[in-house]
Amino acid sequence: MNELLNNILFLPEQASTFAERVDNLHYFVVGVTMLMSFAVGTAAVFFFFRYRRRKPNQTTEYVVPSVKTEFLFVSLPLLFFLTWFVIGFRDFVFFATPPKDAMDVYVMGKQWMWKFSYPEGPNGVNVLHVPANRPVRLLITSRDVIHSFFVPAFRVKMDAVPGRYTQAWFEATKPGTYQILCTEYCGLSHSKMWGEVVVLSPEAWDEWVKEQRRGSLQNRQDALADLTLAPHPARMAEQGQRVAAEVGCFKCHTVNGEPHIGPTFLGLYGRTETLDNGQSVRVDEAWITQSMMDPGAHLVSGFPNVMPTFQGKLTGPQTAAIVEYIKTLRTPDIRTGDSSQGPVYEPIQ
Amino acid sequence: MSPSSSIAAEPGAVPAPDEHHEHHPSYLTDGTTVKSWLLTLDHKRIGVMYLIWVLLFFLIGGIYALIVRLELLTPGPTIIDAMTYNRAFTMHGVVMIFLFMIPAIPGAFGNFMLPLMLGAKDVAFPKLNLTSLYLLLGGAAIAIWGMINGGMDTGWTFYTPYSTHTTTTVAPILFGAFIIGFSSIATGLNFIVTTHTMRAPGITWFKLPLFVWAMYATACIQVLATPVLGLVLLLVVGEHLFHFGIFDPALGGDPVLFQHLFWFYSHPAVYIMVLPAFGVMSEVVAAFSRKNIFGYRAVAFSSLGIAFVGFFAWGHHMFVSGQSTFNAGVFAVLTMLVGVFTAIKVFNWVGTVYKGAVDFKTPFAYFCGFLYFTVFGGMTGVAFATASLDVPWHDTYFVVAHFHFIMVGATIMAFMAALHYWFPKMFGKMYHEGWGLVSAALIILGFNATFIPQFLLGNAGMPRRYYEYPERYQTLNVASTAGASLLAFGFLISAIYLTYALVYGRRAASNPWRSRGYEWLTESPPPTHNFVGPQPTYSEEPHFYVDPKKAEVPDAV
Ligand code: HEM
Ligand SMILES: [Cu+2]
Repeated sequence: MNELLNNILFLPEQASTFAERVDNLHYFVVGVTMLMSFAVGTAAVFFFFRYRRRKPNQTTEYVVPSVKTEFLFVSLPLLFFLTWFVIGFRDFVFFATPPKDAMDVYVMGKQWMWKFSYPEGPNGVNVLHVPANRPVRLLITSRDVIHSFFVPAFRVKMDAVPGRYTQAWFEATKPGTYQILCTEYCGLSHSKMWGEVVVLSPEAWDEWVKEQRRGSLQNRQDALADLTLAPHPARMAEQGQRVAAEVGCFKCHTVNGEPHIGPTFLGLYGRTETLDNGQSVRVDEAWITQSMMDPGAHLVSGFPNVMPTFQGKLTGPQTAAIVEYIKTLRTPDIRTGDSSQGPVYEPIQ
Repeated sequence: MSPSSSIAAEPGAVPAPDEHHEHHPSYLTDGTTVKSWLLTLDHKRIGVMYLIWVLLFFLIGGIYALIVRLELLTPGPTIIDAMTYNRAFTMHGVVMIFLFMIPAIPGAFGNFMLPLMLGAKDVAFPKLNLTSLYLLLGGAAIAIWGMINGGMDTGWTFYTPYSTHTTTTVAPILFGAFIIGFSSIATGLNFIVTTHTMRAPGITWFKLPLFVWAMYATACIQVLATPVLGLVLLLVVGEHLFHFGIFDPALGGDPVLFQHLFWFYSHPAVYIMVLPAFGVMSEVVAAFSRKNIFGYRAVAFSSLGIAFVGFFAWGHHMFVSGQSTFNAGVFAVLTMLVGVFTAIKVFNWVGTVYKGAVDFKTPFAYFCGFLYFTVFGGMTGVAFATASLDVPWHDTYFVVAHFHFIMVGATIMAFMAALHYWFPKMFGKMYHEGWGLVSAALIILGFNATFIPQFLLGNAGMPRRYYEYPERYQTLNVASTAGASLLAFGFLISAIYLTYALVYGRRAASNPWRSRGYEWLTESPPPTHNFVGPQPTYSEEPHFYVDPKKAEVPDAV
């Protein structure tokens, strides 16, 4: 039954506890709307035919509604609307009140990606792993402009507002992968600010957490504060990472393997790229350096020529550090580390 | 009773003016130089100039709309790049809202009809009236200059901090909108004063045509809410240029404050757009069913009611912006009240047809479309206001479909109905009825075909303002674009036969609809000072179609 209604109404699958509640009210509201429109429509159509003009000069009776009629006109819709409100507000309170035992995840929107960090665990970009059947509370903020975190299958949405935290929660009901979309207009690539929630069964979740613990710190993008924790040889790479963040490389390049506005940095070093002109070239230190200084010189096929030059903006050592940093990026996209600081708010320059 | 108004004296007959023997030049022929039009203080000529300009703006906004819809034909890039797309939907919104929807009915038909309906020779401040036209055009010129020189990519809602950071040219466009706001305030003030002071003897408050009631309620909103918009637009411009730090948290500001201020204007503003539409429709339904309005007072007061609660509903735009749960509840209930007031109107319009004498002409066809758009658009509004449903729907295509149904659908229906109903009054010509009906049918069909798929897209979760979208949304987008072409085609037909009628149309009778609206008490087109000879007397309420021999005096409503 729900399946059928959902197909008629084009609703996505229901993958959270909230989705079911919302949909039930949705069916009711659509039903009442159709019914009321149908009633008004039929009455109107009936009157058009029953009372069509028979001669051009026809006069009419003077009809005014009785108090009873007017009362009905007010109370009937009010009754329906208040019913909707009561159910809707009860569900809204449910949505706005995360259970006490919910697991926390920090979410930060940033033009144009989603970053996730777990208080006790890994960070990630654009991919959020959560266990099924366990409430997850999202603490959401933004680093630049307003974004809005939306998972249609969960029916959950919350704005990511710079300078403040908002919260939302959900309890996913089935393992699977669900799309995250940004629903608050946030600039050029608003419509590409996608991510996914990977819902894992409890066993898969434990496995995943263990896996993360084995990972290394070296390519964490956020943890600028705890450089001291970094393994010694990675020092230069860490600096490179910080510089890359400061000058804005991550606005267009991800480190999780997903191409964004530009190619991802993950696995870039040593990769063979196909150029716009059909040539293919192996990426080395010289390539990376030239890409920073003269981005138009060799365009990787499939990407727009939008990167600004960093000639004169980066010193020699900074350039080298970034190259070193990119050389370290060879692990899978989700990395582990100590507690993150949570999303930080930083002004965009 | 002894009816003394010229209409009631001869039931069903075309009223007196046609039988006048001397010929009075109409306002159209009284001076034909360009200067006599551009510097005129005649409310009718000002109304006609408004009409020409808003039609032009409608065309510009419509072209942007088609560009946007064409781009959405395929999931990836189709005809333009992302930046151009973002500018296109912003300009579509800005032009349609500030240059078409808000000024259209008050500017063109309000100006023309209000004094006629009040038995007045002109509005209270004719010079201010001309000034407000030129303020609109000046603001439009500045905004359009900005669009050509760079354009803006914020969406018509200008949400901060995006709007204070974007590198596109925000300043001239917002400044243009600021000036347009003054035009709106001036028109509103003029209408309020005119309604209070210039009613002809006999026109009491409860004998005002419902169009006047609607214009009056609209004017109150314009005067009270527009200054807030002006203020907030200036603050955004200031923040963009000089980094004030009012809305940008990086500078210590509050981005949600902008939303409060913006919606405090813009939510009532949607009623600036639809209340005039409601007013037009009250006239049209009465005229074409030849019936007094069922529940006149309820309809009149519900306009004021909507204007009033319209000020307390803005928070429903912020259910998922982190406002408190309690706030959400309060705004949800207050928003419902708007729905209730609208429902009162809808029921009373349907009641007006009851025991009427329906003549299914083009304006009445638009009334039918209007009824349907209002019911459906209004109900989806209430659905939004039920808080929990807003969570998945907010900022998706469902919102786009909702406000196009109620705001655009209802307003366009009323605008077209007004254009056809008052065309003979304004220009003294008749258009081709058959083409009128064909075009109305196409427009209504096209509208549905465009926006019903968008409701479904919203259900499926497609966010608004998307240049690219996941492939699963394509079918519905193609349907919507196809609908938009049908809609455009419908308007094209209207444009053709109306232009043709202006030039070659058959001379219209003075009152071709045999309407008993007050504005028909003078000739069509009216003479320069609105009435020749003694002023008509107003002893009946407007749209009193009772046979005087059988009439009982309506004592109470
Ligand atoms: C009467 C004419 C109406 C007009 C012209 C109108 C117009 C609009 C517009 C333009 C928006 C979109 C705002 C945006 O860009 O975010 C909107 C949203 C909304 N409207 Fe209406 N509306 C009308 C009636 C109603 C009614 C009767 C209700 C409820 C009783 C309602 C409830 C809402 C709600 C709750 C939203 C917010 C949806 C969201 O953004 O999540 N509206 N309306
Ligand atoms: Cu975003």
